[in-house]
Amino acid sequence: MKIAVCIKRVPDMDVRFKIGSDNASIDETGLKFDINDFDAWAVEAALQLKEKNAGSDVTVISLGPDVVQETIRKALSMGADKGVQLKADRVPFDGLTIAKALSEELKAGAYDLILFGKMSPDSSNGAVGPMTAELLGFPCVTAISSLEITNGKGTAKRELEGAQEFVEFSLPAVLTVDEGLNAARYPSLKGIMAAKKKPLEVKPAQISNPQVRVRKLELPPERKAGRIVGEGAAAVPELVQLLQTEAKVL
Amino acid sequence: MPSDFYNIDSALSEEERAVRDTVHAFVDQHVLPVIGDCYVEGRFPKEIIPGMADLGMFGANLPEQYGCAGLNNVAYGLIMQELERGDSGVRSFASVQGALVMYPIYAFGSEDQKTHYLPKMASGEIIGCFGLTEPDYGSNPSGMITRAREQKDGSWVINGAKMWITNGSTAQVAIVWAKTGDDQSDKSIRGFIVPTDTPGFTAKDQKGKLSLRASDTSELVLQDVRLPATALLPKSGGIKSPLMCLTQARYGIAWGAIGAAQACYEEALAYAGNRVMFGKPIAGFQLQQQRLAEMLTELVKGQLLALHLGRLKDAGTFSPQQVSLAKRNNVSIATDIAREARRLLGANGILAEYSSMRHMANLESVYTYEGTHDIHTLILGQAVTGLNAFE
Repeated sequence: MKIAVCIKRVPDMDVRFKIGSDNASIDETGLKFDINDFDAWAVEAALQLKEKNAGSDVTVISLGPDVVQETIRKALSMGADKGVQLKADRVPFDGLTIAKALSEELKAGAYDLILFGKMSPDSSNGAVGPMTAELLGFPCVTAISSLEITNGKGTAKRELEGAQEFVEFSLPAVLTVDEGLNAARYPSLKGIMAAKKKPLEVKPAQISNPQVRVRKLELPPERKAGRIVGEGAAAVPELVQLLQTEAKVL
Repeated sequence: MPSDFYNIDSALSEEERAVRDTVHAFVDQHVLPVIGDCYVEGRFPKEIIPGMADLGMFGANLPEQYGCAGLNNVAYGLIMQELERGDSGVRSFASVQGALVMYPIYAFGSEDQKTHYLPKMASGEIIGCFGLTEPDYGSNPSGMITRAREQKDGSWVINGAKMWITNGSTAQVAIVWAKTGDDQSDKSIRGFIVPTDTPGFTAKDQKGKLSLRASDTSELVLQDVRLPATALLPKSGGIKSPLMCLTQARYGIAWGAIGAAQACYEEALAYAGNRVMFGKPIAGFQLQQQRLAEMLTELVKGQLLALHLGRLKDAGTFSPQQVSLAKRNNVSIATDIAREARRLLGANGILAEYSSMRHMANLESVYTYEGTHDIHTLILGQAVTGLNAFE
């Protein structure tokens, strides 16, 4: 089976972000970057399929400047076979622009399966996977939390609000991966050494004119400090009243 | 990361950072959740051995042809740092397996011994221990009384006792150092690969430890242990051979101590920010700020020392005396940092729920093993003055 996984390098989300001087992007100074978690689960899914299906091949693709090579090598050190960097000065915000560049690359690869994370936490669009499927004319299943492939057919589970949906699809297909599908393996130390010797091809990304741009970025307003109404049981009536009349949560 | 005040990350290669991140994540997931209980129960968490082996942590700086990861020495040091961020006992386990058992087989073993043992030790199938120290010969290993006598048919018979042996009761093989001649000279000391199921070999857990409780420390007794000629490490010869192993292990300790110090510093910093006393976080009081500033300063110096030593080792230009300086300094400052962190945590600092007191107690062993702090002082004294103050 020929599998492609499209991955993105994202900042560690457990930090306080600062807005850059252009007021439309984050200041990347001092930030730690790593593979998007959803994408890491997509890589893991591809590797598990590879282990089950002898002769399979996993290619990871990332669009962006040269720093994404580190992210590609992380996937290679987990066990992917080769990497492709679609080189661009920056990652456009416009999902369609990215999807067009990826689909150009993916068309040539004759992949049976193309995996994405369901979204990236930095832009939270969740658009690139389905858009790429559309451009390729492939079926698309989003946010899967289980996956089986047998005899050229696939089944997957999707978690819905209060229900689970089981879908069937034919290959080739585009899938986007949700939490719960698997736990991504750590790159082993041997894997890290082996990754240096695996092929990593660099090609210019075919970037069309983006139709969507970030105009302005703002931090959410500071939360107001809490108020202590009183202490002990005596304070309860007033607290209940304030929760009803002021906070309007009861 | 709060303990990377000097952005030492930027001095590491992508591969070195990747190795560090893998071991860091492993320790977060598999060591930190269990280590407090293991320490209280006095048991080594054997269940983590397969995971460590799968990731390639044993003998990680030995060549790939023997099933090892073939990492450079800085990456190896970072593994030790991250493991000891979990616990000195976990780092000790890996140090012994890699630097004290796999290394001597690699350095002094025959090709047959290397191809037989190294891949199985890298995969964790065989666990090893290292028997040099004896009940009456610690800082002076040359005085050892364990004897190996060559028989007419070329086989060997070993008699003696070894003490303070990490992994002693867990191991399937022991590297045992013994005098092969009758004289008192240390020139006849040679190393043997001893399967621990050989008749006459017994290992006994050393009870009553108040330090390194999550580690197997045992006493070995060898009574008429008969070994074939092939048990001898053919290229070992003289006290220099085991000392070369110790240099490898001490190098890892210089890094490991930094991991313990980082854990304590980060715990203290987080605690100081959250613990409110007299109406504000204790981090806002000058006394605690001085503590944190001193801890951080020594930590950063130790990090830079370990990294530069690693670069020298990778360049092949380091000396055992430079390793002595780094082991001596880094363990000493880590011990101080752990104690100050314990104090900053107040009463909570004595609980196993926090890590500082566990590290503090562990580091007292690390201060004493692999060349005591005092012996390293004398090594440095001799190195700079040319005068021997050992005897």
